[in-house]
Amino acid sequence: MWIRTKTWAAVAGATAFTAVTAFSAHAQDTIKIGVSEPLTGAVAASGNYVTNGARIAADVINKKGGVLGKQIELVIEDNKSNPREAVNSAEKLILKDKVPVMMGAWSSTFTLAVMPKLMEYGVPMVVETASSGKITTSGNPWIFRTSPTSAMEALAFGKQLAAFSPAIKKVDFLSVNNDWGLGAAAEFKKMFEAKGITVGRTETMSPDATDLSAQLAALKGTGSDTLIVTSGIEQLTLAIRQAGEQRLPQRLITTGGSFPEPLLKTPGPKGYASQHLLFFAPWAVERAKYPAIAKEFVDGWSARKLDFAGQTEGFRGYDAILTIAEAIKVAGKAEPTAIRDALWKVKLKGVNGDIAFGKEGPAGQESGQAEPNIYVVELKDGAVSVK
Amino acid sequence: MDQFLQHLLNGLVLGATYALLGIGLTLIFGIMRVVNFAHGELYALGGYAAYAAVSVFDLNYFGSLILAAIAGLVMGALIEYVLLRRRDLGSIDEVMLIMIGTMLIMQNTELLAWGGVAKAVPSPFSQEPLLWGEVSVSPIRLFVLCTALILLAVFYMLIERSRFGLAMRATFQDRDAARIVGVDVSRIYTATFALGSCLAAVAGALLAPVFVVSPTMGDLANLKAFAIVILGGLGNLGGAAIGGFALALVEEFGAGYISTAYRDAIGFLVILLVMIVRPQGLFAGKERVG
Repeated sequence: MWIRTKTWAAVAGATAFTAVTAFSAHAQDTIKIGVSEPLTGAVAASGNYVTNGARIAADVINKKGGVLGKQIELVIEDNKSNPREAVNSAEKLILKDKVPVMMGAWSSTFTLAVMPKLMEYGVPMVVETASSGKITTSGNPWIFRTSPTSAMEALAFGKQLAAFSPAIKKVDFLSVNNDWGLGAAAEFKKMFEAKGITVGRTETMSPDATDLSAQLAALKGTGSDTLIVTSGIEQLTLAIRQAGEQRLPQRLITTGGSFPEPLLKTPGPKGYASQHLLFFAPWAVERAKYPAIAKEFVDGWSARKLDFAGQTEGFRGYDAILTIAEAIKVAGKAEPTAIRDALWKVKLKGVNGDIAFGKEGPAGQESGQAEPNIYVVELKDGAVSVK
Repeated sequence: MDQFLQHLLNGLVLGATYALLGIGLTLIFGIMRVVNFAHGELYALGGYAAYAAVSVFDLNYFGSLILAAIAGLVMGALIEYVLLRRRDLGSIDEVMLIMIGTMLIMQNTELLAWGGVAKAVPSPFSQEPLLWGEVSVSPIRLFVLCTALILLAVFYMLIERSRFGLAMRATFQDRDAARIVGVDVSRIYTATFALGSCLAAVAGALLAPVFVVSPTMGDLANLKAFAIVILGGLGNLGGAAIGGFALALVEEFGAGYISTAYRDAIGFLVILLVMIVRPQGLFAGKERVG
């Protein structure tokens, strides 16, 4: 009886093993792209939008026949809005799923945490959102960024200062307390000072803080006419709402490309307006550099019945996956070093505009950086207008 | 000077909810000697109850508060009856592990049911703030403050003036002596856990329209609740109430006048100092353990 059971178990095991390996060998007929985004936690709203954008891009590409004759498969991992989990997710994608290329990780903090792993295992990553200057100047040749740096954002904004009336004379800052928020505040400060605008008070908020009343009360009496707020969707919504509650006199301008879409459904106090620096304005698709390409993304987004305003961030995932697919095509094979070399040669028309990587960082160890476009959008009483 | 009043008001509003959280936790610890790590999850449960009531079932906000209270009572009673009733509550390690497990299960169930993206609960009041001179407060925050104060008063009456409260206080003082005089200790335990959880759930529902509702909202609430309870003295109800207000005011003024970046740190620094100077907490008497 015992021997029979053992033999039976061995045969069953061998069959299962063969079946599994045969199945996974068959499943090699897709090209995997690793995605590490915050799907839960403090910045989950943005992470979900970006991931949905990526999914739409994969669908669009696969419908057109895929890349190199194979279909694209996105392997999506949740980094839980946490740098430690970002590193874990990257390792899992590289070591277990054996992805030849990655997209991620939304926040500058998570991206910076993942970067050493990219160096260690030799896998390129397209950075779709993070804006800290450190990402492309740390001497990591596996990094290719499609999103603008905070410095670029500040410069682009500096060119639009004349459009603001009353003119901006004194500025305060309210930033999330991490590499992104502090870096953005530093870059914008530099830009304002170069233009002769006074910089007032800077307050910070921890990434998962929901009560910003202390910071806002402190900013209330500073005499500034403008408050620059840098954070994700959740905190921007809370900051704008609570600033309205405390009747802050400053005009509010948010940076980083996130749009506080909950305020569309539940607006702040009447007459209270806020302005937002975005890298794609779905309310003015016709102003995109390549409207036909933008429309393909917008159609895919509305077909999935997703939040309209989420496109302000969804396009980041879309453009990044298009970029990766193009690089794989140019490389001719789904292999990390080949893809890395191919990314330098990519010249692509994306939702935001032209995508091509210039060298940035210490010589010999440069990272790739693209130069995207910037839009200013105003939100008032639940309605949006593009400047 | 106007900022001072604004900070004071902000601190009082927050303090009232902290007090609700702290009292619930210290009640459970004081009577049952159970370290309830799942307390923050009851707060989150209240928040999601409010979200479900308003956004899914189309109830009004005030109805959602009642729904949250009931959810808290039921969940608290359930946890006590199913998980703790037949345990030796004296074995602290075992109880702690059970409560941590409960916390993980509750948090991940919420994640599964509602997803990871934070949810907004619309406020039933207008968004226009009320203005008194330079101080402004939104109607919802004022409502939260008043409701929390009323609940604290009702709770005080329950504990100090009712027979039930008398039975609870007796069990609190000496469990065996209470048994001897005829108190049904098991029922008191269930009621205690239910009541403490109810307070946490109502705090969560009250704050749902002020902030956002997310699966991890209970983590910080848990931490703050423990900090308040330790500050006020473990098991001391009045201490927990005062501790709640004290922590909120320290955080608010610390953030406003010292540094917003260290807001949470300032609160914990004060607790650290209290622990060094008076380790039994501000209001409790010294106790021998073991």
